[in-house]
Amino acid sequence: MTDPIDILVVGAGPAGANAALAAARHGKHVVLLDEQEKPGGQVWRAKDSSILSAPQTPEGSAGDALRAEITKAQIDHRGSTQIWQIERQSESWDVHVIRDGEVEKLTSKTLVLATGAREFVQPIPGWTKPGVVGLAGATALFKQNLSPPGQRTIVSGTGPLVFFVASEIRRLGGTVAAVITPNTRRDWVAKLPALVGRLDLALRGALWIADLMVSRVPIYWGCAVVSVEGAERVEGSQIQKLDANWAPKGETWNIDADSLCIGYGLIPSIEAAQLSGIPISHRPDLGGWVPDIGEDGATSIDSLFLCGDGTGIRGAAAAELHGALAGLSAAEYLGAETAKERNILRPRFNRAVRFGLAMTALNIPRPGLAMLTTPDTIVCRCESLTQTRISQEVQVGAASTNAVKSGLRAGMGPCGGKYCQTAIARLIAMHENRPEAEILPPMPRPPLRPVSVASLSGEFNYDDLPIPKPAPL
Amino acid sequence: MTAGYDIAVIGGGIMGCATALRMAEGDMRAIVLDQGDLGQGASGSNAGTLSLQIKRVKLMPYALKGHHEWEAMGESVGFRKTGGYTLAFTERESELLHERQTLKAKAGAPIELVSNNHIRNAEPNLTQKVISASYCAEDGYANSSLTGQYYRGRLRDQGIPYRERCPVTAISQVGAGFALNTPQGEITASRILIATGAWLKPTAAMLGVDLPVNARINTVSVTERLGPLTSTVIGHATGLLTMKQKANGTVLIGGGWQGRGTPQEGRGEVTASSVQPNLALAQFALPALANARIMRSWTGFEANVPDFYPLAGALPGMDGAFVLGCVRGGYTIGPYISKLMGDFILDREPELPLFDPGRNFNED
Repeated sequence: MTDPIDILVVGAGPAGANAALAAARHGKHVVLLDEQEKPGGQVWRAKDSSILSAPQTPEGSAGDALRAEITKAQIDHRGSTQIWQIERQSESWDVHVIRDGEVEKLTSKTLVLATGAREFVQPIPGWTKPGVVGLAGATALFKQNLSPPGQRTIVSGTGPLVFFVASEIRRLGGTVAAVITPNTRRDWVAKLPALVGRLDLALRGALWIADLMVSRVPIYWGCAVVSVEGAERVEGSQIQKLDANWAPKGETWNIDADSLCIGYGLIPSIEAAQLSGIPISHRPDLGGWVPDIGEDGATSIDSLFLCGDGTGIRGAAAAELHGALAGLSAAEYLGAETAKERNILRPRFNRAVRFGLAMTALNIPRPGLAMLTTPDTIVCRCESLTQTRISQEVQVGAASTNAVKSGLRAGMGPCGGKYCQTAIARLIAMHENRPEAEILPPMPRPPLRPVSVASLSGEFNYDDLPIPKPAPL
Repeated sequence: MTAGYDIAVIGGGIMGCATALRMAEGDMRAIVLDQGDLGQGASGSNAGTLSLQIKRVKLMPYALKGHHEWEAMGESVGFRKTGGYTLAFTERESELLHERQTLKAKAGAPIELVSNNHIRNAEPNLTQKVISASYCAEDGYANSSLTGQYYRGRLRDQGIPYRERCPVTAISQVGAGFALNTPQGEITASRILIATGAWLKPTAAMLGVDLPVNARINTVSVTERLGPLTSTVIGHATGLLTMKQKANGTVLIGGGWQGRGTPQEGRGEVTASSVQPNLALAQFALPALANARIMRSWTGFEANVPDFYPLAGALPGMDGAFVLGCVRGGYTIGPYISKLMGDFILDREPELPLFDPGRNFNED
């Protein structure tokens, strides 16, 4: 503990774990933090111990191999650890964490942030009903508990994830009522040149689709779920065709199901980078707002490195290599010689990026999809605010996400704006007739995750509180 | 030169907006400019406490009038008159409390010292470790998050133009008026009012005037929604804790604990070493807070001058330029002192004296 940390890595997914491994190979003292108990992140999430006997998947194997490597490299991995605050000091970083309800301050010479991504769900009527799960959220359920989300599930959304989720539900004994995707077969064909670069991954995707076709699961290409039906919980969904801009058109029809998995791609989790002082830019091709980074994860602060999907959605394969590059950059900053190694990794990273960005391009919602959110649809679930209520606020002059947040509390609830801000920013851009790139996300606030007062207070004696001198009379 | 406006107000917080509204009543054509959104500086980031118990003795008449202004704004700013208690936990704090509250009561605040039984009945969830306490029935709070929304609406209703995301990058004297450079074009006005809060110093510096203003970086935290725990505004004898449970169940915790950063950099940061004892003090006062989760902590920049009194009057040595900034208690006093300021610029006699920005700051 008193040994100073050379490199503190936040996030133990494909990017963070590989950053830690790469840096440790150069003899650096690395500490790897993650909210989950075991390394692997969302994509290589470890299985719950009760189901270790379950059949193996490629994600599971990759995760197990990574976990074994981390153990072997004797990396100081601290799971079940949440970060609530990051403070830059003159020569180091203070990272304030909570573990088992106790606060601790870790001080490190350098910081590598690999905070990953979260899911975007376009709000539609009924999306807050029990029985609706995010696509990525569903994969977490599969990997940890091996349970499908219901008896009969509609799987809807963009990119390859929709087919993976449908295929997993079938493998776990659930029934897939239908797969609904805004992408068309033509969209996929257009991506073939990029897919060739990673035939292994392309083949897995083809197998998921083949499995669905053989088992006669209907796949509705160029369509979207436009509303969720059911009184108390999901009983079905209304489906509609989309035009080339992804605006709904024509007749709707109903499909019965007791659950719905829905997601429209990932959004980089950038709050930790913002709190660390890194500027952000709007990059729709990378999934939205991303922190500004240079080569190999370098940033405008020379002791801070960023990598993985938290810097733009490039997929797990690219994240592994990006993580290794960032870990090596951090080691280089601390005196190691890593240029050769990085020169070898960089072309591989670039190839993986090409594949990843092709997938991201399939995931990115086109503008028409915003029309699925009707005036009465709840956009901010924490505060139950409809699109109409938010539009009214914008029309009386709340022209920024901060102004909407202050006036309506949209983003002040438990989710901290993670679920509503993309949709709210789009509404502001639409009403104000300004590009989305001008509508900044709200200022991030610590704690990065909600933390109890008792945890933050810790053990204290009243007499020891550093109470400054009273205000002037 | 024909000036575009009678007056350009730089800074769209409470001071700038409320003064513009007052001047509009006197038929002065004003425009309000803000570098960000209206009401997002100290006006929108403070803890919203309206407590006479933490106001300075000399400012008490202004604070009393300020409370009436907030009461009149009412529901649209989330105003609640709840009454408030100030607590002492040690003999030393108890002495401080008695000494200070007696002087404040003499200055006109309806503050009384109350028995321990009284406070236990009124606020049963507070710690039993209270040694003594004072009470003021006038105390309460408003929701500072609503400042921007409120003043935006008022300006629109009165037809007063405002520009957001419109930082003034240079000010020059042109004839008898002023020209202001902004990213949204040049704005000309016969007069200017500088009401930029913690940014007063850099703004006045554009005219070559040095105001002795620095910034405090006050920290505020808020919990998730909780069941009823407390119904009044709670303070601490040293002024280092303010706490109130809002109608929506969240508990807002402040007290002027200092974060870090500068207004010039535009970035205030919460520091763990400051927010943790602030929350510990809150938990000490209200033990049931222990399990509550903190959703957000943030900082707001508050203007500060050596004698801790407002700046309200003519900018020294510059005809047609005025400055308004309120140090300590600016949220409470702002809507009222802005009326005085508006009257002064309209060449009317203010109801109470202003605070000359050209004074000698070393005297009190």
